[in-house]
Amino acid sequence: MATLTATPRKTAPPGLRTSPALRKLAALALIAAVLVPLAVTRWPNGSWPAALTVDLSGPLGTASDWIIDNRDSHPLFLYFLGHVSNAVVIAVRAVYLALLAVGWAGVTAVSALVAWRVAGFRLALGTAAAFLACGLLGMWVPTMQTLALMAVAVAASVVVGALLGLAAGLSDRMDRVLRPVLDTMQVLPAFAYLLPVVLVFGIGVPAAVLATVVYAAPPMARFTALGLRGADKEVLEAVESLGATARQRLLTARLPLARGELLLGLNQTIMMALSMAVIASVIGAGGLGDRVYQALASVDVGAALAAGIPIVLLAVVLDRVTGAAGARLGQAPASNSRTLWAYALLAAVAAAVAGRLAGRLEWPDGWVVGIAEPVNRAVDWMTAHLYSGVPVVGGTADWAGRFTTWVLDPLRDGLQWLPWWSLLLVVAALAWLIGTWRTALTAVLALAAIGVLGVWKPSLDTLSQVLAAVAVTLVAGFATGIAAARSDRFERLLRPVLDVFQTMPQFVYLIPVVALFGVGRAPAVAAAVVYALPAVVRITAQGLRQVDPAALESARSLGASGVQQLRQVQLPLARPALLLAVNQGVVLVLAVVIIGGLVGGGALGYDVVFGLAQGDLATGLVAGAAIVCLGLMLDRVTQPTERRTAKGA
Amino acid sequence: MFRTRTTAAAAALVLATGCGAADMTRQASPFSNARGAKTVTLSVQSWVGAQANVAVAQYLLEHELGYRVDTVQVDEVPAWDALSQGRVDAILEDWGHPEQEQRYVEEKGTIARGGDLGVTGHIGWFVPTYFARQHPDVTDWKNLDKYAERFRTPESGGKGQLLDGSPSYVTNDKALVKNLKLDYRVVFAGSEAAQITQIKQFAKEKKPFLTYWYTPQWLFEKVPMTEVRLPAYEEGCDADPAEVACAYPVTPLQKYLNADFARKGGEAAHLLRNFRWTTEDQNEVSLMIAEQKLSPREAARKWVDSHASVWKKWLP
Repeated sequence: MATLTATPRKTAPPGLRTSPALRKLAALALIAAVLVPLAVTRWPNGSWPAALTVDLSGPLGTASDWIIDNRDSHPLFLYFLGHVSNAVVIAVRAVYLALLAVGWAGVTAVSALVAWRVAGFRLALGTAAAFLACGLLGMWVPTMQTLALMAVAVAASVVVGALLGLAAGLSDRMDRVLRPVLDTMQVLPAFAYLLPVVLVFGIGVPAAVLATVVYAAPPMARFTALGLRGADKEVLEAVESLGATARQRLLTARLPLARGELLLGLNQTIMMALSMAVIASVIGAGGLGDRVYQALASVDVGAALAAGIPIVLLAVVLDRVTGAAGARLGQAPASNSRTLWAYALLAAVAAAVAGRLAGRLEWPDGWVVGIAEPVNRAVDWMTAHLYSGVPVVGGTADWAGRFTTWVLDPLRDGLQWLPWWSLLLVVAALAWLIGTWRTALTAVLALAAIGVLGVWKPSLDTLSQVLAAVAVTLVAGFATGIAAARSDRFERLLRPVLDVFQTMPQFVYLIPVVALFGVGRAPAVAAAVVYALPAVVRITAQGLRQVDPAALESARSLGASGVQQLRQVQLPLARPALLLAVNQGVVLVLAVVIIGGLVGGGALGYDVVFGLAQGDLATGLVAGAAIVCLGLMLDRVTQPTERRTAKGA
Repeated sequence: MFRTRTTAAAAALVLATGCGAADMTRQASPFSNARGAKTVTLSVQSWVGAQANVAVAQYLLEHELGYRVDTVQVDEVPAWDALSQGRVDAILEDWGHPEQEQRYVEEKGTIARGGDLGVTGHIGWFVPTYFARQHPDVTDWKNLDKYAERFRTPESGGKGQLLDGSPSYVTNDKALVKNLKLDYRVVFAGSEAAQITQIKQFAKEKKPFLTYWYTPQWLFEKVPMTEVRLPAYEEGCDADPAEVACAYPVTPLQKYLNADFARKGGEAAHLLRNFRWTTEDQNEVSLMIAEQKLSPREAARKWVDSHASVWKKWLP
């Protein structure tokens, strides 16, 4: 209870007697005073009581056996899931064959010209360069496979997301029902549902596409709902007074008005689908992700990077082009827009035909630049010189060892030593202070669910890693974000670096982190920090920059120094953005827990990977569910009452 | 108008996917047969030996028989699933999955045996040879506790560290440590890539370590390792996973084919069934891939060029 009594002193504002925070805590203390003695007398042991757990391994094992035994014969599979699977295969194949038929020259020309028309000349050049780079890296065919997979997955996500969003945007009740569903879909680590999808559809493209849709549809749904709800009331009334039916109103007024949000949703959906393209390689989706994954088998960072770079390039190009298209929406199209489109189309067709006639459909083998070897040499040099024996500061292995012994071990042991009910109380207090009693209840139930699932101890192990990673991320992220907000030049330099870290498949730095920090929990934390840092830096910098210039100006005129401005004006005013950064940091760190499992982080991450590798639905799914619960709990504890709109920055 | 269009689209979808029942046992990759060639899909597991098998089979199928070969990386157990559904046509190196064998080969008949690979596999506990030379008695499990202190790491919590690898591999190590009452803790690297990277880092500094490892494996050429003798393996001593207290068996590695492919796969199926080489052959290719960083295709070409007498016998 010591933690509890200490909390109000830190968080409550001066008016202690009347503060709502104190009232909340008093209420909580009252509940605790009744329930805790009961719990302690019934289950004196500090760890989660065995009587309160449910063992799911029996039923889950039966379910998985049932699926395997009936997959080839049950009508559900023959007449429904089988067709879904076939439709996906046919669609992906159609796009893939079309891309191959157009040839590399054609694909490059068409994408550059589309980029030119929707986003301007500079992005067109960038797009062309990106596609040529994919070819130069020797990754043309895998890039096309990934592109085909992406096209189908994004199309399906947009349809599903838009339908959900439509329902949520038009009906308040649907909105209330869908909100927790979308929340869960977003905190759900992708690996956790790969396994059930694989059981039903088998490995390969259909499972990959469906897993991607689960992952990438929520942003589309959220933005669609947001756009529909935000439509200008007056315009709608005007349309209504003209006697339009509900459907006409939707199609002629509300949807067009929401175009900006819809495009933003599309942009987010594309980015999330791309990040999933690599994870899906674990279940045999092929393409670039598979190349990354196969390169890792021979511990070849260079080859993994050669396959990772096209993913980064695709992500950056798609992000910038859809972003620019969104920014241009408001502008009136140029008068000669149609003629320009026609010219563009003609030029693209000409390029494709030229490629065909020249017999150069496939990227020529001679035009490939091998980057694997120099990269591997650089990685070897780095790890050889940094791993240990660096004078004064010590090698990275020493840091990792100290971090494990002095930070991770005490944190884990402390969490596991605390009686289970005290953890529930702490979570309830934190969530209630930052939100409403509903958030507190959700957080407590999520944590309790972990106990009920019977994975209390490993979950706390994972929690300790997550907390440590979030702490490091926030310290580094806030510092970098503040620097970026104060210097335009630094921010410009930083942007491509952040792009790369955010979109580079996490598998690529699996080997470097082990080479630097050894096997264990420390490299897991390092990988999580690398992945979550960009979002935190971005949100921090953006939040600080958006602080009202007038407030800054008046502070400056009062003679405040740079540090004073930052501490007394910018940081307090940017508080919502900083809180959002904390929340995103938590969510993103949690998304990398699985990668932690692949580098020796153990706990839940390892269990999920184990479940997937051994086809063990019980272990994998229970661990996955526990990660979801951890995510929900942490999300509620760090999330201010205002809802955020989308995952990712 | 809107409604008729959706109906038409639905009808088109049904037509496109083939009316009636969908055959879940015939599910090819959308990327196969892309240019009208006959395609074989092979599953690759995460270790380099498996890559070597596939690389050579792929090279021969493409250059001698004119097939197009797709490869998919899948973990071992899901690979059995994929094989039964026809997503992949063959697994070239299986380390023994009795449960899957029973289900798919014996009961459902969707997977057919493809014969021996010719390579014998063995799992065990290994210490680096440089350490075994200094302390010869470490190679007996009874003396392991004496060295627990030397094998300690921040992750092993005061005990000696036994480094384990990928969760997809067969392992009894947790039970072994418990049943042999050793002062060790199993630390799971979580992936073979992580385990190899860690072993190489240890070796670079000549540090002692104890690891789960297996032969044939190319890493032995880079980091010589000596096996630790565990209580001898006897038939059935590993029947109860919780009570295991003996070494791992020696396994002749097996090939498996999709049953349908085995019947109708023509020359490709013939070649894959005949594929049989030695541990030395496999290591030669593995090492070219993993250490000289040749692409698997390049490595396969080199081996094929110099071992015609071996593979000529496999051709139909």
